[in-house]
Order: sequence, then C-alpha cells, then structure tokens
Amino acid sequence: MGMKKIIELKGVSKSFDGEVVLDNIDLDIYDNEFLTLLGPSGCGKTTTLRIIGGFESADKGDVIFMGENINDLPPYKRNINTVFQRYALFPHLNVYENIAFPLREKKVKKAEIDEKVTEMLKLVALTGFEHRSVTSLSGGQQQRVAIARALVSNPKVLLLDEPLAALDLKLRKDMQQELKKIQKATGITFIFVTHDQEEALSMSDTVVVMAEGRIQQIGTPIDIYNEPENAFVADFIGESNIVDGIMLEDKKVSFSSHVFDCVDYGFKKKEPVDVVVRPEDVDIVPEEKGMLKGVVTSVTFLGVHYEIIVDINGFKWMIQTTDFVDVDEHIGLYIEPDAIHIMHKSQYSGMFGDYSSFSNELEELSDAEMELDE
Amino acid sequence: MKRSNSIFKKDRFVKRLTLIPYSSWAFLFIVVPLLFVAYYAFTDSDFNFTLDNVGRFFNATTSILNPDGTYKEVHTYLVIFWRSLKLALISTFICLLLGYPFAYIISRASAKTQKIIVTLIMIPMWMNFLIRTYAWMTILQDAGILNGILDFFGISPVHIIGTEAAVVIGMVYDYFPYMILPIYSIMAKMDNRLIEAAKDLGCNGAGVLRRVIWPLSLPGVISGITMVLIPSISTFYISQKLGYGKFYLIGDAIEAQYSANNLHFAAAIAFVLMVILLVAMVFMQNYANKKTLVA
Repeated sequence: MGMKKIIELKGVSKSFDGEVVLDNIDLDIYDNEFLTLLGPSGCGKTTTLRIIGGFESADKGDVIFMGENINDLPPYKRNINTVFQRYALFPHLNVYENIAFPLREKKVKKAEIDEKVTEMLKLVALTGFEHRSVTSLSGGQQQRVAIARALVSNPKVLLLDEPLAALDLKLRKDMQQELKKIQKATGITFIFVTHDQEEALSMSDTVVVMAEGRIQQIGTPIDIYNEPENAFVADFIGESNIVDGIMLEDKKVSFSSHVFDCVDYGFKKKEPVDVVVRPEDVDIVPEEKGMLKGVVTSVTFLGVHYEIIVDINGFKWMIQTTDFVDVDEHIGLYIEPDAIHIMHKSQYSGMFGDYSSFSNELEELSDAEMELDE
Repeated sequence: MKRSNSIFKKDRFVKRLTLIPYSSWAFLFIVVPLLFVAYYAFTDSDFNFTLDNVGRFFNATTSILNPDGTYKEVHTYLVIFWRSLKLALISTFICLLLGYPFAYIISRASAKTQKIIVTLIMIPMWMNFLIRTYAWMTILQDAGILNGILDFFGISPVHIIGTEAAVVIGMVYDYFPYMILPIYSIMAKMDNRLIEAAKDLGCNGAGVLRRVIWPLSLPGVISGITMVLIPSISTFYISQKLGYGKFYLIGDAIEAQYSANNLHFAAAIAFVLMVILLVAMVFMQNYANKKTLVA
C-alpha cells in the first residue's frame, strides 16, 4: 500500500432537516487501498460516500482530493466514479453502450472505445455480452456491468455503495473475491460502503467503523476485531461478551467477581472499564476448575460449532465451542489472559454485549432500513 | 400440480368474468359506433355500397379568390385537412416546447409541490371546454382583457382574435395538460440514480438531458404528442369562436355536414381522418419502441 494520501476529509459535517448525519468527520484515504466504511443504517456511511462523489455537499469542512479542495467541484469533473446501489444501469442502452457511456462523453475515438470496452468486459468476465440488453441480465451480471462502466475511464478512486446487498449469499461471496481481485489488478483506490461486518473484514485493507455520524475506529480488520475501541465496535464486529470490570493494576482486571490476568496496561488504578471476551476464546472446563461458574441455558447447533448461552450470576455469556454440553448443565469457564480485551468506558457502555435478549431477528431488523441515509 | 392447475383455470375464468362489463361497454360505445361510421362512409342515402363519399373528400373542388382578383381552383377538403394539420402541428410543437421543461421541473420538485402543481394543471380540465373557449374570446377580443392590460401598461393594443394565432392559443391552452401529464408521469418514475450515474460518468447538465433524460422520457413524449395532435386536428368550435370561422378546419367540416344532415359524407370525412391518424399513430409508436427498446 502506498502511503500517499489521495482523499482527505477534514471536519466534515452534514445535517438533513436539522438532523445531524455526519458530525465532524476526519478521514485520510490512501492511494491504492481498499477502504471500507462500515456501520449500521443511518450511521452516515452512505452520506460520506456521496460527499466524496459530489452528490451532496458538506455543511462544514473540506474534501481534499490529491491535494486540491474539491468542495465545489461537480461530480462530472471529479476523477472519482461510483458503483451505485442497485447499479443504476441505463435501461435504454445495451451492455456495450453502458460501458462506453463515459468514453462517448469524452469524445474518445471509436477504435479506442472498442478496445477499452472489450478490455473491461474481459476484466469482469462478460465477454460476448456486448449486445445484450441490461434488463435481461441477472443481478450479478448487472453488477459487473456497473463495475466495468465505472472503471472504463480509469478513475483514481472507485466508490461502491453497498454494491453486493442485492445479491444472494453465494454470489456475494464470489463477488467479494472478484472485487478484491479487480482492485488489486487495477490499483485503483476502492471506498466500499457496507453494513456487513464479515464483508468488511474479508475484503478491506482499512476498516472505518461508523455510528451516529461519527467515526468510532479506523484500523486494519485484525486491529478492529482484536482491539475494538469501545463497546459499539466490539459488538458490531463479530460477537462479544462485554462485561463491566475494574482495572486493579496493569495486567490485572476484576470482573464477574473474579480477578483475571490480562495483557492490557496503561489504565488508571481502579478505573472502571469494559471487558470484551470473544465467544470463541472461552474454554469450557469442569465446574470446579472454572474461573467462572454458570448454568447453560440454551444450545444451538451451527454446523462447525455449538453456540451456547451460559448464565453467570444473571449475566448471559455467549460461548462458541465444539464440545457438547447440555442445557441446565453446570459448567466452568476458563479464559486465557490474551483472550481478554480491556476498553475505556464510552457512551456505548452497558448498551451491548449481554446475550439475555439475544435473537437473530433483532440483528436483521437493524439491517432492514438501509435507505435511511438518503 | 393438477389441483393448482384447476385453481389457476378457475382464477382466469373469474378474471374474464370481471371483464364483461368493460368489454360490453367498449363494444357498444366504441366498436359499434366506429362500425357505423365506416358503414355510413361507404353507403349512399339508400344504403347501397358506394365510394362516392370518400371520393368526394379527395376530389371536391372550390374556387377561391386570390388577392389579385383571379380565381383559383382547389381541392376543398384537402386544403381544409392541410390547414387543420398545420395548426395542429404548430399547437403540438408549442405544447411540447413549453410542456417538456415544465414536466421536468415538476418531476424534480418535492412530492407536495408536485401534487399541488398537477392539481392546478387538472382543475381547468374540470370545466367545460366550451366555457374555456368563451373565456379566451373575452380575453383576446380587441376590447378584451389582454388589450386592457396592455393599455394599462401603455402598450399599443394587439389584434389577435380572428387570426390563426388565436386558434393556436386556444388549442395550446386546451390540450396543454395532455402533453404535460404523460411526460411528467414518466419523469416522476425515473430513477434519480440514473441521473446521478450520468453525472458521475462525466455528463454535465446538458449531457444528462440529452443522453439519459430525453431518451428515457421518449415514450411520454410520444404519447403526449399523440394526445395533443389528434384532438387538435379534429377540433371544431375553437376555430369558429377564436378564429371567427375564418379558418375552417376538418372538424368544422364534419360538424357542418352533420348539421346539414349529410350523414354519409360526414362519416366519410371522419373515416378518412381516422385512417390517416391511425397510420400516423402506428408509425409513431413504432418509432418510440425502436428508440426505447434498443437491444
């Protein structure tokens, strides 16, 4: 990854009808990177993308593109292209003409258009589809045409607004691989918007987690997963048990009435903290050998592992294990020092990480209103 | 499988049943009258088959006085038809020129504004067309409202009533909504993302209009043109009132023949007009299909 900044957002804020959508966003985006804006609906990720694309203008702050302020530059003058949600292909043009669209606007010579369109069709594996009507294509194929159309004029940056949201799971996985491949092959900076944390982790060089119009954390996928900044990030990225704890001293933390060794330091003595333990990092041991003791309240078989909920003094933990346990069984939990991650208290403390009301439905509900950003 | 098949059949049967009232209405009041028009057009007063009436449309001649005092022999109904076509085309063109940008502006407004403007466009259509035409008479008269306003601002009066311009104004006013509404309804449905995509891909405002909005709105334009051109070709009344009857149009001719109880010839004019319009419509629809469904 080159370390040349290609886009900088400086103090960008935006409100719609008095409702703050973006609150003082600072973000540096580097050349050639695959950066993902990740967050739940209404977090401001799409608005951020639209401000970079030039479809919205910021109320406050600056957008810098390759060292130049582009606040007032209209979209057609920006060397940035977009792959829209649901693709926005031109229904009156065939595949070839859709891809050739930006070239015709630039009055590129016929032979060159031919060459470039052919090259793009090859890149997105649609050779032979030139004269098909775009309305006759499947979702995945339309998606490829949209990518080819956005890439044909060789932009510096490609913006992708939930481009995989409308595809089924299998196709989604394939397209994730393919997008990553295309990004590597072209060396173009990709800014990808999604609410799907798995997608974000598997594709990105850099993940930007957003909530309520603010950036919560910027980092590599591994950083974001292993070292979440606050309870929101810990909960949004993967599953987390988040409990209240007290930092006794460096590398010693007390929670759930037990003192644990951990690897974190630099906190104040007796500082109240949020403690994150990932479900897959908890070992099940016989009750008498456990650091914590609890009762199994539910067991769900998920193929590779079981997902069990354990009641520990009224707080419900989620544990992923390949060992079989039964409901109502008394078990002990063993947690290694490096499985414990300590976070400062934040406004999100206490809102997440308890599985007493866990249900998949709730997760889906929050995905359903994706259009909120508009 | 069998079961669902029979349910499907039953469903279709019920659907057909519900169509009966409409079908019989359409048959009684659209198909039958058209057949009557055709029947009258090709028969004489004793209801024997004849081509005379249709022939008369093409062959009848009249002498008209040239400005230099000489007389000229012209094909009466062809002249009237061309005049009707000319005025109708001018009106349609003006409607399109005014209506297209107007429809675009409405379609980009907020949902509430859209509703208000569309209602405002429709309200005059609730009033009888004769009353609207009379209203224009009082506006355009030499001592009418328009000249009153011009006079108030110290501008010399204009003479419009009794000219082709007055007839065109009347037609444009009457048929304007039929141009706006189909174009507007297509534009309102247009995905805003397509416009953003065009901008994103290098189009400025004019480019977006030419390469995306115009081709996608073409079906609306075609139906707008059809809905304005056809009634304005066959309109009567407007030319009598606003043109002081100086611009005898094909609709006036049909009306005159009916009033004179010349049903067979009136039917023949109507029939020929219908055939010409039908052919024109088929051509336009074909054009629209080709333009919008490029494979």
